[in-house]
Amino acid sequence: MRLEKREAPSAVMLWAAPLLAAAASVVLAGLLFVVLRVNPLAALRLLYLAPIASANGVAELALKMTPLLLCALGIAIGVRANVWNIGAEGQFTMGAIAGGGVALTLGPAGGWYVLSLMLVAGILGGMAWAAIAASLRVGTNAHEILTTLMLNYIAQNILSWLVHGPWRDPQGFNFPQSKTFASAATLPSLWGTRLTPIFFVALLAAPCAWVLLQRTTAGYRLRVAGLAPAAARYAGFSASSTVWLSLLIAGGLAGLAGIAEVAGPIGQLVPTISPGYGYAAIIVAFLGRLEPFGIVVASALMALLYLGADGLQMHMQLPLSLTGTLQGMLLFLLLAGDVRVANRVVWRRG
Amino acid sequence: MADLVLILSILVATMRAATPLLFAGLGELVAERSGVLNLGVEGMMLVGAAVGFAAHAVTGSFVLGLLAAILAGAVMAALFALLTLRLLANQVATGLALTIFGVGLSALIGLPWAGVPATGLPAALWPGLAHDSPALQQVLLLLDPLVWLAFAAVVAVDRFLRRSRAGLTLRAVGESAEVAHALGTKVLRIRFLAVLFGGAMAGLAGADLSLAYTPMWVENMTAGRGWIALALVVFSTWKPWWLTAGALLFGFVTIAQFQAEAFGLSFSPDLLATLPYLATIVVLVLISRDATRLRLAAPAALGKPFRPSD
Repeated sequence: MRLEKREAPSAVMLWAAPLLAAAASVVLAGLLFVVLRVNPLAALRLLYLAPIASANGVAELALKMTPLLLCALGIAIGVRANVWNIGAEGQFTMGAIAGGGVALTLGPAGGWYVLSLMLVAGILGGMAWAAIAASLRVGTNAHEILTTLMLNYIAQNILSWLVHGPWRDPQGFNFPQSKTFASAATLPSLWGTRLTPIFFVALLAAPCAWVLLQRTTAGYRLRVAGLAPAAARYAGFSASSTVWLSLLIAGGLAGLAGIAEVAGPIGQLVPTISPGYGYAAIIVAFLGRLEPFGIVVASALMALLYLGADGLQMHMQLPLSLTGTLQGMLLFLLLAGDVRVANRVVWRRG
Repeated sequence: MADLVLILSILVATMRAATPLLFAGLGELVAERSGVLNLGVEGMMLVGAAVGFAAHAVTGSFVLGLLAAILAGAVMAALFALLTLRLLANQVATGLALTIFGVGLSALIGLPWAGVPATGLPAALWPGLAHDSPALQQVLLLLDPLVWLAFAAVVAVDRFLRRSRAGLTLRAVGESAEVAHALGTKVLRIRFLAVLFGGAMAGLAGADLSLAYTPMWVENMTAGRGWIALALVVFSTWKPWWLTAGALLFGFVTIAQFQAEAFGLSFSPDLLATLPYLATIVVLVLISRDATRLRLAAPAALGKPFRPSD
């Protein structure tokens, strides 16, 4: 087998590769179930179909999509500009801490403005956490892949400290958790499900990201910085503002996702608020081809994997860690399929 | 005598904590010297830790446990090599995928053994010490064979890179794949072997954690050590002895967490646990500030794919 570089990327393969990867991952998941000694067809049905068989299931899917979509949009904007933000997980946590702090400080007092303050604080918290990585990159050249990753661990430890110490609910029987947020500090849920309006904010963020990337000068600069760094330098586009802009947007989106999670389905601060959304969002970003509308679809698929793994745990006693394994496999398959986008495969007899 | 024991115990605990970082860091250093950036160290370490623990639990043999971990790390690395070297996939994205996959897969493999304590690796024997000072013996018992192996590996890798013909070829591939290829070097084969070595060492680093350092398997037990090892490779400016210095520094920071309590400092354990991550950021900042120096020290072809034109 030999690879020949195509003159232009194949438009067909560009979108066929994720579909092929998704299809292949279903087959591999089936094989994995055979290895785990469960009925593969029943398990696949639980993984991919059962979660969305009811209206409530669809609402749960949308709920799980929200953080993935928000984080992935930010990551994709960064990667398009060649800024690798692996810190969505930490920015998500910091958003939850900042917004949750507002909720806990105001307590049962306050009215409608409490939620707005919390959302703003959440966004700012995520942005502030991303700003650390941005300033280190711009000021000292320390690469954002490693700094954002370290900041994830630090944010997780700060959250753990807060819920074990200063913010622990005194009436909580010594459990490491904060007081539950007052009703004014909780997002309204829609149609008797757990879905919150932030889902629609996330959906709206996708076209906004598209407009930013495709229809604004700032977005054009980001894309040039990613595609041709030398050309961007030559054109006088500031490399620092590329780093700042992409990291602040990503931090703000992840922070919003974090506060939406604790002010929504969780309702208080607990030691673990994310089952790895920030990392899964990296896969979502690539699966969606780093394109906002592709990311909407990819986040739904990834949310389905989370829900499906829940179902598999409940009905077949399979571990939740299946999610990560399946997600990793999916990204591998996609990256392998991507080779066909830029290259033509020539089969040769040895 | 008490002071001597204290100083020695800090020194020994530092070396012990540095050992997994040394294994993983040395492996990645060799891979990066060949021009391949594998961000999957954390994932390969975790799979090594789970497989090593499982193999030991099943066979009862430490050697088989370690070998299984080495093999598992190499298999993971082979997957990475297939994608990045053969199929020319993006190295950064593939490495991240390897880590995410490794986190999930290791949890799946280790599930039957989660939280079950194991007997640790038998320590090296220190004849004669038993009678003199039980306290000193306790301290030196921490130096199990894997600690010595890690430091021996530093010497071996350093000599390999600087003094052997194969090491020279590997470095040449990492500086310019095109030039090396033009000179008739099998670029992809060398990179494949370097990546495989990186995976094997990461697997060993994982087994060092789950079989010797903290003998048990817990999900995500590496707690970012794979990423810290990656940062140490940058800090070392791709030199094994500087890597050792960095690993020892981190070993010290890690044990400082526990020592702080012994010295009566009452500080939240959660906040103390941030120390190694803060220290990673600090060393990255210190080494990256001189951008030119870092660029000159880095393998010139690091992260760049190579497409053989025949």
